[in-house]
Amino acid sequence: MLRILKTRLAQGHRTTRFPLELPVLPERYRGRPKIDGSKCPEGCKVCEDACPTEAISTSGGLSLDLGKCLFCTACVDSCPEGAIKYTTDYRLATSQREDLVLTDGDLKLAGRMRDNLFHILGRALRLREVCAGSCNACDLDTNVLNTVGWDLSRFGIQFVASPRHADGLLVTGPIPRNMHHALMETYEAVPKPKIVIALGACAISGGPFADSPEVNNGVDATLPVDLYIPGCPPHPLTILDGLLRFIGKMPRAALGP
Amino acid sequence: MSTQVQRRDWITMRQGECVDIASIPRIESDDFSDHLKVARSRGVRLAQLFGRRTPDGGVTLYAFVANDNEGTVEVCCSRLTPSDRPPLRYPSIAAHWPAAQAFEREIAEQYGVHPIGHPWLKPLRYHATDDGSPPPWGPFDRNKPIPGDYPFYRVGGEEVHEVAVGPVHAGVIEPGHFRFQCHGEEVLHLEIALGYQHRGAEPLLLHRNATRSAIVAETIAGDASIGHALAYCTALEALAGATVSIRAHAIRAIALELERLANHVGDLGALCNDVAFLPGASFLGRLRGEFLNLTLEICGNRFGRNLLRPGGVLFDIPTDLAGKLRKRLEGLQPEVLGVLDMMFDQSSVLARFEGAGVLSEEQAEEIGLVGPAARASGCMRDVRHDHPYGVFQFSHIPVALETTGDVYARAAVRWLEVRRSIEFLLELLGNKPAGRTFEPLGPLRPNSVAFGLSETWRGEAMHVAFTDDADKLAFVKVKDASIHNWFGLALALRGAAISDFPLCNKSFNLSYAGHDL
Repeated sequence: MLRILKTRLAQGHRTTRFPLELPVLPERYRGRPKIDGSKCPEGCKVCEDACPTEAISTSGGLSLDLGKCLFCTACVDSCPEGAIKYTTDYRLATSQREDLVLTDGDLKLAGRMRDNLFHILGRALRLREVCAGSCNACDLDTNVLNTVGWDLSRFGIQFVASPRHADGLLVTGPIPRNMHHALMETYEAVPKPKIVIALGACAISGGPFADSPEVNNGVDATLPVDLYIPGCPPHPLTILDGLLRFIGKMPRAALGP
Repeated sequence: MSTQVQRRDWITMRQGECVDIASIPRIESDDFSDHLKVARSRGVRLAQLFGRRTPDGGVTLYAFVANDNEGTVEVCCSRLTPSDRPPLRYPSIAAHWPAAQAFEREIAEQYGVHPIGHPWLKPLRYHATDDGSPPPWGPFDRNKPIPGDYPFYRVGGEEVHEVAVGPVHAGVIEPGHFRFQCHGEEVLHLEIALGYQHRGAEPLLLHRNATRSAIVAETIAGDASIGHALAYCTALEALAGATVSIRAHAIRAIALELERLANHVGDLGALCNDVAFLPGASFLGRLRGEFLNLTLEICGNRFGRNLLRPGGVLFDIPTDLAGKLRKRLEGLQPEVLGVLDMMFDQSSVLARFEGAGVLSEEQAEEIGLVGPAARASGCMRDVRHDHPYGVFQFSHIPVALETTGDVYARAAVRWLEVRRSIEFLLELLGNKPAGRTFEPLGPLRPNSVAFGLSETWRGEAMHVAFTDDADKLAFVKVKDASIHNWFGLALALRGAAISDFPLCNKSFNLSYAGHDL
């Protein structure tokens, strides 16, 4: 008992102050890319060819689809002009699929859920997580939010065991054909009104498994999605940032553009 | 003398070597099973058994057996040629060597091959055969949800009840289905049906975009990204005859051990949670993240994505970063070990760990268990020690061994490995060799085969890669430790209390995605 107390004292208070204080991520962390199409020489498409998931398009100006992006370095390493750079900005979640397509301008980050939903779900959000073909990384970094380091429940967000107790689903993975049925049954079991969150490149676009005959290229194909959180996997901060925007609990100072 | 005769029927390989496909000794299909039986009797371990479709519609079976005492892997193959009397068949190996059971089910499911005499032939991942031919258990129906109306093994009797769990579990974890046959609390039998996570990963390892293939290798099991990427890179580098600098090898080893630390620390915390020892669960849950954050410092991703590529590593660890990592590790060392000392000092924890989910050494050997679970049952095996490659050739990590085969032993092996991995990292970070970190691979050697083995935190991962006659990668076969170990979990539950299932499951912590591919 004394030993536990001693260890407890030594461990101290470890919960992040986010979102009241904004963390600084290591310089090598690959967050939101910044692209500058004006640097592209006429007809150059080396980044497009290098990209493993066809996330980059050079026709009609440089654009990058964060829903497909695996945040690797293939484009950055291939571009001699430095037109694509990673920043350490962890804010990536959007409300619309098309908002994930990044061009020279700012990213339109996720807003609060629709008013009629907010009226019902805004004060406390209960989520049922469904792993559908994810490699487990997205799930692990979602789970991290439940540790003392993040303490997700202080925001009124909780993961529940039964879909019948949930307000919506948080889905990871490219939805293998073998998991499709279970996902649909879980969705059906959630009482209305319900929301769906697509977390990670796989759940948004199929990610590295896109176009495999065994998967469905993400949740969009079968369920209406209310929040997209891109990344491979997204950093826990990216996930928390997205969730807080969605439930309207992000302080103005942390909202950004 | 007998050794001489046997060895002529196998070709001996080591990590980093590549051989002509044609040089692999070919055994008659009727004798293949007996041939493996003889090999087993001299103490080798079945590391991998798989099939590959041949252009004439037949299938070649490849057996890779590990001789852990000599640091070698021996290989032989057998051709099943189409006849006017389908289906393709051969005498089952699992009939006398249970370690082959999942591999033979995989071969049957992929190609419709019948292993005659297999003790329990059933689907492994629920997908169609490559040519649409029916697998031995009957035609595949895509429209039936899995496990559907699959006839699970049932125990009869008035007081026997059945418990079905999954695919969607209570926690934030991967999907799988568990079917228990119970008498009161006692589990008489547990059957595990997987396949929900099947994404068709292996064909994507041959993607025209090399970055895509490397990322698929990293996402076979996302919590073992480094381990799988290492096995994949080792196989491809062997095919290219490439030499990776010792510096790159050192960075790979650092990432591999950080991955082990994060997962072991996380698992120990989760084990605390499963026995309601919340201080341990809460401290270790947070500390797990500290190790992921060290990997983030190295390569910009908490899971080590984009660090390993065939030809080396994409991120260097310059001296100042090495110093920073070392300093943080030195701070974490007493913190983590202090919490673990506290945990293993609690009688309430030990009382729940000891004697739960016992797997004997004999059982472990029989089913070919690997990783910490095998070492907890007294099986001395660790790729870093038995098949050393890269820096593990020069700096050795002692193998952590326990003998009781229970949850306690599986936890204690992790405890020891946490201790040793931190010591290893502190040494390596203080003394990193020079050299270029990345050299693009040259052309691959045509018509060749090579493999890569790595000790992921969960156990042995193996990638076997084949080239065609145009020096292109033509076939890659992946094995995650989980394919060996899921059966171990089922056995460990026999006679246990069903309320101990979460605890036993966590003590193995196997990959669903790595199994389902």
